[in-house]
Formats: sequence, C-alpha cells, structure tokens
Amino acid sequence: MNSAFILSLLKGLWGTIVLSLLTFLFGGLIGFVIALARISPIAAVSRAAAAYIEITQGLPLLVLMGLCFYGPSIFGYDSFSPLAAATFALTLYASAYLGEIWRGCIQAVAKPQWEAAECLGFTRWQRMRAVILPQALRIAIPPTVGFMVQIVKNTSIASLVVGYAELSYNAKIINNATFQPFLYFGIAALMYFAICYPLSVQSRALERKLNVGHR
Amino acid sequence: MSAIVELKDVRKSFGNLEVLRGVTFNVNRGEVAAIIGQSGSGKSTALRCMDRLETIQGGSMLICGHQLHDDDVDLKSLRRDVGMVFQSYNLFPHLTVVQNIMLAPRMVKGIKAKEAREIADTVISKVGLREKMDYYPEQLSGGQQQRVAIARSLAMEPKLMLFDEVTSALDPQLTGEVLRVMEQLAADGMTMILVTHEMAFARKVADRVIYMRDGKVHEMGSSDILRTPATPELASFVSESAEH
Repeated sequence: MNSAFILSLLKGLWGTIVLSLLTFLFGGLIGFVIALARISPIAAVSRAAAAYIEITQGLPLLVLMGLCFYGPSIFGYDSFSPLAAATFALTLYASAYLGEIWRGCIQAVAKPQWEAAECLGFTRWQRMRAVILPQALRIAIPPTVGFMVQIVKNTSIASLVVGYAELSYNAKIINNATFQPFLYFGIAALMYFAICYPLSVQSRALERKLNVGHR
Repeated sequence: MSAIVELKDVRKSFGNLEVLRGVTFNVNRGEVAAIIGQSGSGKSTALRCMDRLETIQGGSMLICGHQLHDDDVDLKSLRRDVGMVFQSYNLFPHLTVVQNIMLAPRMVKGIKAKEAREIADTVISKVGLREKMDYYPEQLSGGQQQRVAIARSLAMEPKLMLFDEVTSALDPQLTGEVLRVMEQLAADGMTMILVTHEMAFARKVADRVIYMRDGKVHEMGSSDILRTPATPELASFVSESAEH
C-alpha cells in the first residue's frame, strides 16, 4: 500500500461526494418539476413529462453519460467539462426516477384530502402547497433517501466515459499503475459502503418512524 | 321564504350507469333537509353535485345563486357559500385542530392571523372542543374529529352546509355528540342538507325529508312522511331502518 494512492482514493471519494450532491440538487429540482408536470390537469404537459421519464429511464446511464460527454463535440460544439457532463447525465437520470417516485408520493395522499381542500375553496396550487405536499413529503422521505444510495453508486459510471476524478476513476488509474485490483478496488468498495450503508440504515429507520404516526 | 337550493330534473351518469335520473327539489333559506334512501339511490351523488365535486349532465342546479351547469361557474365563490362535511372527516393530518380551522380563512379569504384565530375560537367553542385546539387529528376520537371538521367548515361562514353521512363511521355514543352539534346549528338558523341514515334525527330536526329511490325523488314532504309515508316503498324503507 502506498500513501499517495490512498490519498488519491480519498480525493476520488471527495469527487464522488461532490458529484452525488450536485446530482441530488439538480436532479431533485428537475424531478420535482417533472412530478408536478406528470399530474398536471393539462394533458400535453402530463404526456411530455411521461415521455421524458420513459425515454430517460429507457436508456442506460452509461449511454446517457456518453451522449452528454461526446454529444456536443459530435455536433461541432465545445465539450462540457467532465464534471459538467457527468452532472448533466446523472441529473437526467435522477430527475426521471425522482419525478416518478415523487409523483407516486403525491398521488398516495388520499383523494378525500383533495376534496376537503377543494370544498374549502383553495385553488389547485394552494391545495398542493398547504395540504398535499406536506403529507407527500412524509411519504417521500424514505424512498428518496433510498434513491440517494443509487445516485452515489451510479456516479461510478462517470469513470467509464468522462474521466472525472471520482472514486472509481481514481481506483482504475491506480490499478493501471499497480496491478493490484483487489487491494485498491477493495478499498474503494469500502469507501462506497461507508457512504451508502448509513444512508440505507437511515432510510429504513425513517420508514419505520414515519409509518407509525401518519400525522 | 326563498329557495337557496333549486334542483330541476338533474341528471348525472357515471359511464353507462345513470345515477341521477331527473332529480327535482328546492330547499329554502334556514331549512334543514334530510335526504334519505337506500345505498345506490343517488343521494350522496346529488349532494356532491351541489358543491360541484361532481358535474351534472342534465337539468339545472341553482345553489346560493350559482348556476352549476354553467362551465364558467365561479367555483371559488360557490365554495365560499357552501360548506361540506364528509363521512371520513378529512381533517388535514399534518396540522393541529386550530391550524386546520385557520388555514382556509387565511389562505382563501386572506384574513389576518389574529382575526382568523378569533374565528377559530368562536367556531371551536360552538362544537365544544376549545381544550383540543392544539391537538393533532389522530389524537382525537372520531366524534371529536367530525366536530372539528364541522368547525373548520363553519369558519368559512357558509350560507349552506352539506353533510354527507357524517355519522356513518361513528359508534352510537359518538354519533350523539355530533348530532347535538348539528342540532344546535339548525337551531341557529343554518341552512343544512344532510344525507343521513339517522331516521330519529331526521324526524326531530328536518323541516323537509327527501326520499330518493333509483336516482329520483320518490317521496318528499315534512318529517311527517316518516310517520305516515304515502308510498309503500318509503313505508318499507322506514320500517327496515327502524329495525337497525
């Protein structure tokens, strides 16, 4: 083991964390818009959101990653930076899944709640904001935290095409120099586990906690 | 007395199933009307149409001056005029009692917090639950939740209140406390239309009893029709109800 390699893995770990957070931020923002669009009473909006979800979920993340990284240069534009390309591809992926997860959570709020709010004279947006979303949020927290685990793990796909220095990419580079795949990929695996396991535990704990009082 | 509810030949279908097949009746200001009838007779649908939770397909419906079959009916002002209470209470579970009550006055009418709080104090006293102001719905009994739901509706100062089988989910003891609140409302002069299975309550409080059968008004009159029904169908419905 070489301390320079360990340091490189730790830098990669930081790269993974940054990419995960950016993905969650942008994927979450767009996913929220997608979820709302998906249940829009305007058919065209709802269909457009459904198409976005279908197409994005129908493509492997690796292919999305390749399109985002190589796509601009194919059409004669400057390439995105590796981080921008990876964030872009992961945002597409995460927004489609989060959009679908959150749509389910919004629709899981009982219909009579909509009706009660309707009868009190709330507009559609007021109903959503004051009555439905606060209840949907409780339902959404466990699956959302669970999906964050997927995001963290899937950032590793960025290593295959875009060359952003995240954990898997750095492990690959070190392996190319040392030919000790078991050691360095093993350490990388432990680092992924160190992030993902607490998230999984948290997700299960939240599920138990929020299920009890359906407040 | 002037009619604030006028139904003329109202028709409504769900797919191929015609649920309302020409319903006609009026309710005057200050009256209590009880709609009774078997399950599937269309009574709840008729009530839900009055607050436009369902749209009617034929005939006309005039509620507090709003023509409901117009596409451009002003829903916001209709719902300021009409309050609705449901069988399943439908309180907002993430809000306390007082927040449940204050939410609509504040958001829909734009009333200031202090004033909304005073309204909440008044209506919660009417239903006798002042001490439960800061409880969450799940901490209350079914009867208490239903009384809060009534208070929440009252806070919007409706001209007409609709009650959709509001005691059907409650055991007899809790039913009593809800019915007492409704009786007081009736005594205060609120115009009320209730879909109910509580024959004793209808007999005691209703100015008008509407017996629905197969999507139509089969018999209608003062509460006397429950004692001396004119049609054999109502007679057998009343005697069946008495057995339960």
